[in-house]
Amino acid sequence: MVPLSAYLILSAFLFATGVVGVATRRNVLIIFMSIELMLNAVNLAFVAFSRFLHSMDGQIIVLFVMTVAAAEVAVGLAIIIALFRNKETVDVAEINLMKW
Amino acid sequence: MELGLFIVLALVAMASAIAVIIQRNPVYSALYLILTFLSLAGLYLQLQAQFIAAIQVIVYAGAIMVLFLFVIMLLDLRKEEQRAVKGGYQLLIGLLLAAILLGELGLVFGGGVLKGVPGEFSPEKVSALGNTQVVGRLLFTDFLLPFELTSVILLVAIVGAIVLAKRRLD
Repeated sequence: MVPLSAYLILSAFLFATGVVGVATRRNVLIIFMSIELMLNAVNLAFVAFSRFLHSMDGQIIVLFVMTVAAAEVAVGLAIIIALFRNKETVDVAEINLMKW
Repeated sequence: MELGLFIVLALVAMASAIAVIIQRNPVYSALYLILTFLSLAGLYLQLQAQFIAAIQVIVYAGAIMVLFLFVIMLLDLRKEEQRAVKGGYQLLIGLLLAAILLGELGLVFGGGVLKGVPGEFSPEKVSALGNTQVVGRLLFTDFLLPFELTSVILLVAIVGAIVLAKRRLD
């Protein structure tokens, strides 16, 4: 039987990896993938708690998180395409204006 | 056996998560991210969340990552790759922040403050009823309003994505 803390530590590690990705990379696509990584880390914690606390609420919330993530990816990637069409770059250091 | 499987899946997840953020080429990052998602799906199976595991593979590793790969291939990123790696203070601060965060989380998880009252869905009961059946029943009873609201979110996302990505007609 794998203890709950093992899952939580894995979840914390994945979340921290996502934080490093967001803080250090400058390619907006990689930053976006790091955000997905963080969402998944939280999902893992939800499912682990759901299993160990004998409650299904965690799994339902994971379902909603996935829905919101899908919506977020659709809108976010559309924004990235619009940005690239106008500025020819995906470097966040150069994306600093709301209008052009 | 169970512990061994967990260790293998966890190591694959951690290694591919690190590979996601250090890869130069976004296509490789996306592929490593798929590997992370698949190993997480394996962990969900081990946690007896079969429905979530299936959705993880179909929605995350399937739909969302295909969208990512399409967008990466739509954009011409050859210029970007040459200046992908940025060292210096940004990397240092990022690693420092992540280490502090990891320390805090470890303190919380190790402190034993996360105790809860066990609910009514014990693993035996869920496996007797069927995981998918329990999730579906809850979605259409206790969580009916949020469930219906997600359809609005998805509709808004569809409309928003089309409006944003459409070429201007002027």
